[in-house]
Amino acid sequence: MGQLSVDNLLGIKYLKTEDIDLIFNTADHFKEVINRPIKKVPSLRDITIANLFFENSTRTKLSFELAEKRLSADVINFSSSSSSIKKGETLIDTVNNILAMKVNMIVLRHPNPGSALLLSKNVNSCIINAGDGTNEHPTQALLDTYSLKQKLGNLDGKKILIVGDILHSRVALSNIYALKLLNAKIKISCPLSLLPREIESLGVTIETEIDKALSWCDAVNVLRVQHERMEKSYFPNNREYSMLFGLDRKKIDKLQKEIIILHPGPINRGVEISSELADSKDSIILDQVENGVAIRMAVIYLLASKMNYQ
Amino acid sequence: MQKKVFLNSNQIDIIINRLICQLIENHNDFNDTVLIGLQPRGIYLLDKILDVFSKKHTNKKIIHRNLDYTFFRDDFRRGEKTIKPKSSNIDISIENKKIVLIDDVLFTGRSIRAAMSSIDSYGRPKSIELMVLIDRRFKRELPIEANYFGAKIDTIKGDKVSVIWGKEKDNDVVYIER
Repeated sequence: MGQLSVDNLLGIKYLKTEDIDLIFNTADHFKEVINRPIKKVPSLRDITIANLFFENSTRTKLSFELAEKRLSADVINFSSSSSSIKKGETLIDTVNNILAMKVNMIVLRHPNPGSALLLSKNVNSCIINAGDGTNEHPTQALLDTYSLKQKLGNLDGKKILIVGDILHSRVALSNIYALKLLNAKIKISCPLSLLPREIESLGVTIETEIDKALSWCDAVNVLRVQHERMEKSYFPNNREYSMLFGLDRKKIDKLQKEIIILHPGPINRGVEISSELADSKDSIILDQVENGVAIRMAVIYLLASKMNYQ
Repeated sequence: MQKKVFLNSNQIDIIINRLICQLIENHNDFNDTVLIGLQPRGIYLLDKILDVFSKKHTNKKIIHRNLDYTFFRDDFRRGEKTIKPKSSNIDISIENKKIVLIDDVLFTGRSIRAAMSSIDSYGRPKSIELMVLIDRRFKRELPIEANYFGAKIDTIKGDKVSVIWGKEKDNDVVYIER
């Protein structure tokens, strides 16, 4: 297969296994490109991309911007804090105005779930979802599974544990979809208060005892506790959460086997993971960040390849 | 379309030996030279050259790598299909090196232009030369010529030239389909 089956990247839910394979294969080549002395290719020199971030972001925003610039696209950045959104303009109006300036592609981060889908149905442009509320964060899941694949090889049958705030995490949902497509076994571990209803229907199992869950897995993806999305308290305090679900050297040493540790960032050091473990050789957190640029280059390149030349 | 043998394996063998002699004439001990096979088809000609060279010139060592120039092509978004990239393995500095790009067929010159742009991202070589097995004359769309060529073919629009590298040496052949 030489082309993606989709025209937008709204979520992993809409992808096929072949799409993920194609993105990974293309990312392999872009990884080689970003390790050259000159890390730029001219493929997208006639494309303009707008990064619309209606929520705060460091990693994702920089990673997208770098990926776009490495592909030679023109890039404009937009943040909601300094925009006419404050004056009451709708999302669709804002995007249509940006598109009128001959922008070809939109990268959207928005607090409302489904906002990328809404936009794709109402504007004439290619849309990449860079995180929509608690729904999906497809490029994060792609870079997580790509990083895992580099360490574990084929993910078929591999045991992947997701620990943390599953209820508020778009990363968890996208990772579950991606890992299912790659035929991995998935277990989740979190306080019951942070467990979404009917999560088992996605084909995952639940283990609330972290030691049992860790001894089962080949790799663990540690998710941040998203205090900013919590309208009430879901557990007594950070200290208790850390004792029960936080990863530290003691819990890992007990396993007597090596497991791979991922974290999508930003890290709350000492809450979901200890500093010692985050910086240890078991952690591939910085590999994830490096792979993020290659994965985003691949996604943008493959989606742009489906746009007609004008 | 009629398929005609343009070069058989014996003729290809003679050509490859000649190309090696020309390379030695210009590059002597190959100390500062890097041979680069262009993906997807030039790497096979490079393999043939290295194979013959290693048997006849055991005292000389050639540095060689493969290059994919897909991301530097000028026809991105112009075709029906997305071109799938192949691997590059240039893990050495090419700064001040004498580069010889190797491809099977020189046609419009656009692939070679893309390859030269791609080479730039690895550093500034001292020089770039081009070696091809087949030069399809009169079909150039850019001012690019080969420094070393095996044979020249005059073709018309719609002609197809295919270089087939057999598993055995005797199976190498160049066809023209008209």
